[in-house]
Amino acid sequence: MEIGLTHFLILAAFLFVCGIASIMLKRNAIGILMGVELILNAANVNLVAFNRFSYGTINGQPVLAGQVFAIFVIVLAAAEAAVALAIFLNFYNNFATIDVERAQNLKG
Amino acid sequence: MQILSDTSNFFFEKLILGDNPPLWQTIVFDLVVIAAGFAALVSVIAMFCIWWERKVAGHMQSRIGPNRVGPIGILQSLADGLKLLLKEDLMPRDADWFLFRLAPYLAFAPAFAAFLALPFAPNLVFEPRLNVGVFWVLAILSVEVMGVILAGWASNNKWSVYGGMREACQMVSYEIPLGISIIVGVMAAGTLNMVELGHLQSGGLHTWLIYKNPFVFLAFIVYFIASLASNKRAPFDLPESESELVAGFHTEYSGLRFSFFFFAEYGAMFVVGGIQAALFLGAWNDPFGLIGFYFHKFSHDGNTIGLIILNLIGLSIFIGKAMTIIFVQMWLRWTLPRPRIDQVLYACVKVLLPAACAILLGAAIWQLLVPDRPGYPWVDYNPFSAHDWIYSPAGNGTLGLITQIVLMLIGVGVSTAVVMWVLYAAASGRNLKQRLTDPAPIERAPAV
Amino acid sequence: MTTANILAIADQQQAVAAVLFYIFAGISAISALGVVISRNIVRTAVFLLFTLVGVAGLYFLLNAEFLAAVQLVVYAGGTLILIIFGVMLTSKSPFSRFEPKAVEVVIAISVASVIFFALVLAITRTKFAVNPTDFTAYPIDKLGQTLLGDFLVPFEIVSVLLLVVMIGAAYLAKGRRREAD
Repeated sequence: MEIGLTHFLILAAFLFVCGIASIMLKRNAIGILMGVELILNAANVNLVAFNRFSYGTINGQPVLAGQVFAIFVIVLAAAEAAVALAIFLNFYNNFATIDVERAQNLKG
Repeated sequence: MQILSDTSNFFFEKLILGDNPPLWQTIVFDLVVIAAGFAALVSVIAMFCIWWERKVAGHMQSRIGPNRVGPIGILQSLADGLKLLLKEDLMPRDADWFLFRLAPYLAFAPAFAAFLALPFAPNLVFEPRLNVGVFWVLAILSVEVMGVILAGWASNNKWSVYGGMREACQMVSYEIPLGISIIVGVMAAGTLNMVELGHLQSGGLHTWLIYKNPFVFLAFIVYFIASLASNKRAPFDLPESESELVAGFHTEYSGLRFSFFFFAEYGAMFVVGGIQAALFLGAWNDPFGLIGFYFHKFSHDGNTIGLIILNLIGLSIFIGKAMTIIFVQMWLRWTLPRPRIDQVLYACVKVLLPAACAILLGAAIWQLLVPDRPGYPWVDYNPFSAHDWIYSPAGNGTLGLITQIVLMLIGVGVSTAVVMWVLYAAASGRNLKQRLTDPAPIERAPAV
Repeated sequence: MTTANILAIADQQQAVAAVLFYIFAGISAISALGVVISRNIVRTAVFLLFTLVGVAGLYFLLNAEFLAAVQLVVYAGGTLILIIFGVMLTSKSPFSRFEPKAVEVVIAISVASVIFFALVLAITRTKFAVNPTDFTAYPIDKLGQTLLGDFLVPFEIVSVLLLVVMIGAAYLAKGRRREAD
């Protein structure tokens, strides 16, 4: 059987759903960050798969727009992780935990 | 421009399997090459380096080093391996069993996988069409640090965690100057493909990329220092510094798992040396451009036996270059004291990183201003003819040629001086220094 | 070489690609499930590592060698190490057990499965355009031209953003230390 676009999209959907589930289930802030990384990876698989199967050539020239997009996503994910971890460290310093449920100081 | 990586396309595979073999034969061939070729190569190189390191250390400290197992102790690593296999496999009670068992393999697998991209000879490359070769090796090696960190964490031991943390800091920060200095070399070459890198440098000593322009020369030095740190070699061996951290991240490891870390370290040393050889020091080429010349001649004539011999010579030259770099790494290890972790990070962020950025900028400006001699030696031009250099398609290549020759003379002068110094030390040290212990004769069992 | 021969080779290559796809997809899917299920945060990070490596393998199958290498060097070698670093620095917490309640588990599973089946339905029922890429050697020069040609403005914006992030993260981390003194 030929592996086509659908296979990759279903796999990406599965990764996406796993990311959603781990965001909902984890109370550790770093666990939530990992869920976000999973979601970004799912998006990347989609971008590259569409580039490969549905948007491959223009006038006979290969097009790599999807891959360039995926590179941007990876770079932004790294930036996001750096800022998020700095925030978590501050949070840990103030609350002695990284359980996100304990960040309730603004709750009246 | 003709893409030369196609000419070296699966030469040995075609030689053995014929043209257009069934796919299963190709797959079986690849698996056999991986299992019998690369696995054996990694283990032999690692075991040889371990023995050699002990020998070098011994001679630098006026000792003899291993000398009992085999002639000049060369089978010592084999005996050690046997001993490690027979040892009890300990695991701390409170360790995370899953991560503790996983970590050694996670450290070893990347070092092994990086071997698959190294250009050992024009036709001895596992995948010649890997157009991101250099970057791929860098990427694979950066995964190795995960094994070390996990080993430190899973051991549930303070020393191990400190070792893992130090490794993480050091590796993540030194990867930036490492990457930038590789970019400088790649900019001068114009390709990431390892085979093409080799062919580009096939025209003798002055066409090696390290002599391409002064900034590549400096980038080589930056790369060497950064590669020491990312390989956790002394003087940057803080993750396992035995005077402070017992043995760092592998304190709790014993037996076979410990030997995996050892193999990973020496395998990574060889890979790093291999990148330096391939990217800066002319890959499999000899200093006179003979291999490049005869390679094109033989592949044009279809001289199969000549090509096989050339490949074997190229293989030994490549391994020799990488081993030379490994020797320098060992030399530094037994010569330099170990800095503190803050000094290590200072050296990276405030010295090496700005230097690398300045080199990158300088290399870019140089390439804008000075016309290059594009093309492959022996194919597009004759590297030893001044005419071909001066009337280069990119403009007047005289300045480029003069730079390369001057840099080559500097490089040759420095390396000759170093080699003479080493030889002098090895020859006269024997007479000048008194050994602490004399080599004791092995007592043979009396003949019955 | 006959046409039938060429077709047979193409069939075999597809079979190999299928096997490789299922291997890599299996690795990334199972370890993504591990990320969700695992309670130990360091093990979660290791499962995430395997997911990332599996996805890098998929990039190879999708003719994206450069992206696979970027995935390994930035994600597995950079971001994930940063995350593990964060785990190590924050693990000594008196409330380090993070067991979700049963209600949360039920809600999460139902939401996740609803989204998954909706996505699968949408994917299988849509007709996507067919315009595959076709090259034997990866056009790395083309990638560079795309990155610094068509996408020059996003590229520059991302570089400025990275600088901002670097300064911001350093500031946040440094502010923490001053407070502690």
